[in-house]
Amino acid sequence: MTETIASAALAVHENLNIQKRRIQKGEKKTRLSLVTGTHGDELEGQYLAYMVGSFIDQNIDMLDGIVDIYPALNPMGIDSITRGIPMFDLDMNRVFPGSKNGTMAEMLCASIVDDISGSDVCIDVHSSNIFLKEIPQIRMSAPTAQTLLPYAILMNVDFIWIHDAATVLESTLAHTLNTRGTKTLVVEMGVGMRITKEYCRQLFDGVMYLMKELGMWKGEIASVREPIVSEGREVGFVNSDAAGIFVPCANFGDTVKKGDHIGDVVDPLTSEVVEKVKAVCDGLIFTLREYPVVYGGSLLARILQPVSGGEDK
Amino acid sequence: MKKKILFSLRSPYREQLEVTGFCFGHGKKSAAIVGAMRGNEVQQMYVCSRMVQELKKLEAKGHIADDCEIMVIPCVNYYSMNIGKRFWTMDNTDINRMFPGYVQGETTQRIADGLFSKIQGYEYGIQLASFYQPGNFLPHVKMMDTGFTAPALMKDFGLEYGIIRRPRPYDTTTLNYNWQIWGTKAFSVYANATDIIDENAADEAVYAILRFLDTQGIISANTPPAYVTKLTDESKTSQIRSEAAGVFKSLISIGKRVERGDVLGIISDPFDGEVVSEIRSTVSGTIYFEYCAPLINSNTVCFKIIK
Ligand SMILES: [Zn+2]
Repeated sequence: MTETIASAALAVHENLNIQKRRIQKGEKKTRLSLVTGTHGDELEGQYLAYMVGSFIDQNIDMLDGIVDIYPALNPMGIDSITRGIPMFDLDMNRVFPGSKNGTMAEMLCASIVDDISGSDVCIDVHSSNIFLKEIPQIRMSAPTAQTLLPYAILMNVDFIWIHDAATVLESTLAHTLNTRGTKTLVVEMGVGMRITKEYCRQLFDGVMYLMKELGMWKGEIASVREPIVSEGREVGFVNSDAAGIFVPCANFGDTVKKGDHIGDVVDPLTSEVVEKVKAVCDGLIFTLREYPVVYGGSLLARILQPVSGGEDK
Repeated sequence: MKKKILFSLRSPYREQLEVTGFCFGHGKKSAAIVGAMRGNEVQQMYVCSRMVQELKKLEAKGHIADDCEIMVIPCVNYYSMNIGKRFWTMDNTDINRMFPGYVQGETTQRIADGLFSKIQGYEYGIQLASFYQPGNFLPHVKMMDTGFTAPALMKDFGLEYGIIRRPRPYDTTTLNYNWQIWGTKAFSVYANATDIIDENAADEAVYAILRFLDTQGIISANTPPAYVTKLTDESKTSQIRSEAAGVFKSLISIGKRVERGDVLGIISDPFDGEVVSEIRSTVSGTIYFEYCAPLINSNTVCFKIIK
């Protein structure tokens, strides 16, 4: 059953509709929400939503609970390859919790929060942006880690990044839902404007595993990998200092040593290498720049260091 | 007057970006004035260019106080201005959501850091601000309530209204918020327009800033008579939102006093012209913001009223 959970009239003969699909079977009221499409240039979640929905449809008797799929929180954005809400240039993930009596964006956000609240677990799928490729990972703020970690480790991601809480992130959907007691996991994977089938399959296994653990799924499921957790590790940021075209020579997922050559920034006009890019620390490249044109400051890579003093397992 | 490059950034394909400051007087960092941080803030840049003109004249006459330095930065993000974009050219991030900045961070964090390191430590900070929706504001001044503020200072601008805003989470990365946190008394001046030049409002903003600097003893300038500023908390102002979508027509202008129930505007069907909604005031007060575009969505702020 699909339904419209929020709607707003646009100027000329059209409504903006945010839709969800509910799949329900059995006695249990355990509810999993799969949410994506907050940023219109992130599409990995679109395929994941399809995979999860169609697999459950084909094996509907195995379901004991409620799965709500919200594929497009920012439908106009996806439709027009706009990261934010078109017309406003507003990042929707800075508008939560919104307000019933607020502006259009605030009203939509408030309706979204109302609708998802009460889910047992919510999975909010992002895919970086068009500039960076990310290894499948779950991000959470330190204060929420104790509650979320037991669920995050079921999700078949490679990496769980526990970061410091920042005031500005209080305006995200995940922060709002977590504050209201709906456990929300933020997944980042792949790259903007593309679908990485391999990652969608990986996350699909994670979603099914989580459903099994929540007692919502009676069917067979695949086993999941044990993620690296960032606790006790540092993340090294490699930013460009020059402007030009970034050409990596290290691969995504490589383990590197501090000082290793990981790429070049070149100038197509002068034919010069303007910056030799080196790893700032030992560790695993879990973020790598995908979009070649760079300015000073453009993020080129993120490297997860091994546990200080200890061996990587 | 001294012209300084505060921060520069190389681009792969364009001339280097040079954030430029104009300094007047010598000595103690007294006031910094920042104009356009977004590519559509033409009026904000224009007001700053007018300030440069005024301060040049005052400096020539010796009307800048001893041991006082004033810096004007007309435009931070002219890269976006030159290509008709509002936010940063490449990644569409907003420089005014990157403060205090980070020297080793992303491009716009570096720009914010480059700027902030040069405008930090001034006693007063004045930013020419804009609103994210198309519309006109009655010239007014706003201050973020961070606990370090003295809102009464807003009266020295002599504008009709001074508004106190309680910061929301997304405000914590703005210039004004960070100025306050680092000890600068920071104000946002709204000079009506954004992407067009409104001469009258620019005059008002220039006089207001000169008046403020004069009252603080930083310059001595003659300015037209001022308003007795009414201070109000933003939470006590009312927003009137559209209940329908279509073609928007305002029936009122900013600065006008309205009574509860007055019709402020109408929305008509874009195809057949039938009136679909009358926008009525829910309070009595003065209009200080008016939406200004032919088309309007539902739930859009079309008027703001100070009670
Ligand atoms: Zn996202």
